[in-house]
Amino acid sequence: MKSLAKIGKYFIMLRIIFTKPKKWGIFWRSLFNEIQIIGISSIPIVVLMSSFMGGVIALQTASNMGNPLLPAYTVGYITQSSTILEFSPTIISLILAGKIGSNIASEIGTMRVTEQIDALEIMGVNSLNYLILPKIIAAIIFFPVLIIFSMFMSLIGGYISLIISDLTSTETYILGIRSFFDVGHVYYALTKTVVFGFLIVSVSSFYGYYVKGGALDVGHSSTKAVVTSSVTILIANFILTQMILL
Amino acid sequence: MIEVKNINKSFKDQQVLFDISAKFEKGKVNLIIGQSGQGKSVLAKCMVGLHETDGGEILYDGNDFTSMDREHKSAIREEIGMLFQGAALFDSLNAEENVMFPLSMFTNMTKKEMQMRADFCLERVNLHEKNKLYPSECSGGMQKRIGIARAIAMNPKYLFCDEPNSGLDPITSIRIDALIKDITYDLNITTVVITHDLNSVIEIGDNVLFIYKGQNWWQGNRDSILLSDNKEVNQFVYASEFMKEIQKNMGLKK
Repeated sequence: MKSLAKIGKYFIMLRIIFTKPKKWGIFWRSLFNEIQIIGISSIPIVVLMSSFMGGVIALQTASNMGNPLLPAYTVGYITQSSTILEFSPTIISLILAGKIGSNIASEIGTMRVTEQIDALEIMGVNSLNYLILPKIIAAIIFFPVLIIFSMFMSLIGGYISLIISDLTSTETYILGIRSFFDVGHVYYALTKTVVFGFLIVSVSSFYGYYVKGGALDVGHSSTKAVVTSSVTILIANFILTQMILL
Repeated sequence: MIEVKNINKSFKDQQVLFDISAKFEKGKVNLIIGQSGQGKSVLAKCMVGLHETDGGEILYDGNDFTSMDREHKSAIREEIGMLFQGAALFDSLNAEENVMFPLSMFTNMTKKEMQMRADFCLERVNLHEKNKLYPSECSGGMQKRIGIARAIAMNPKYLFCDEPNSGLDPITSIRIDALIKDITYDLNITTVVITHDLNSVIEIGDNVLFIYKGQNWWQGNRDSILLSDNKEVNQFVYASEFMKEIQKNMGLKK
């Protein structure tokens, strides 16, 4: 019953978030600020994770190519398809859930326990709309950009790892990347990313906004936000894969 | 004027406010006092709509706040200024931006006009040269004063102050009290102050409402509270040995 009540509260929160902003000028300013915080500041971690991830996929595939019946370009093909279909959209989103989710939950949670949200409400500001809508829109806009960046960096990582290890030639790797390339898979990945971005921000905001107590409770809500948004990403991933790919 | 009628409030199974009725007059500093945990802050939060009441009416100049929809409540709230116990300044904004915030949300002023208004409000609380300081760079007293400047930025009709002196030294407390009093008289607004600071009661208590066990236990002013024969009010006022001594020497004990 408690979980149902929480889900209901989450949807009521969404209804209040998605109302017209009081001042569009303030909304646009907040949006650009959030794009910087949520999106641009995440580029370094996305670059680092993706390039190593791509490098390891390429190395593991190349080192397990014992069967002479398998064409050499399989290394590139597997790196490309696993990166586009799963690693970039899902794994990077899970990492971003940790980075962005905890940041959002602790930021909004601290505002709650220090009465800053009460101050907004007393002024007559719709605090849910003012604080959370720019974050959600920023995530929806910039998460796909981050994931495209991740896909690219992952393939570059695979390329560099093969140059270093010399397990397969880079020409066959590139041939593998181009083989059986399906642009539909990219659309599928980006669709997933938009949903994941929405879930990370809205779930984390929910835990931050409704926190009660003090600093310790903000820490707990931050942990809950990361765990819950990670679980919802996994569930949404399964459902979206069923709906789009099968 | 603000009037509360038969306010009840419970949290789960615990009733905190019992049938409270009171009037808070315009142009006067109205104090809600009492010991900690008696329901003062809950009553104030019900009055500004941060808590839903279980029953009763809250009338702002005759308009029932409890029965209004979100839009109409927002309109009333635009006329309310509130100073929070911890000041509740926005961490990411400096003093000037904090004061400008309600202006940017609810008026069509240009940036220059907003800055002028912010300067005026900060000057009013003697902080005219601290415009660019962030809350983390300010002392508790300065934060409270910035909070007051933000609360009066929109020329409110109603000013709420939740324990404005908590955590402040006696001299700063007296300055904050004097500021609240001056603003109330100059702007002719309805001010409600929640406090358990006896100095504030004596300095600024035009009207005093004593809350005990969630009930309207006693009402009067700064003069009558010293002579009250109500047992709980007496215990509150003459709690310290120093005050007991004064009571004895001045012959105030009945």
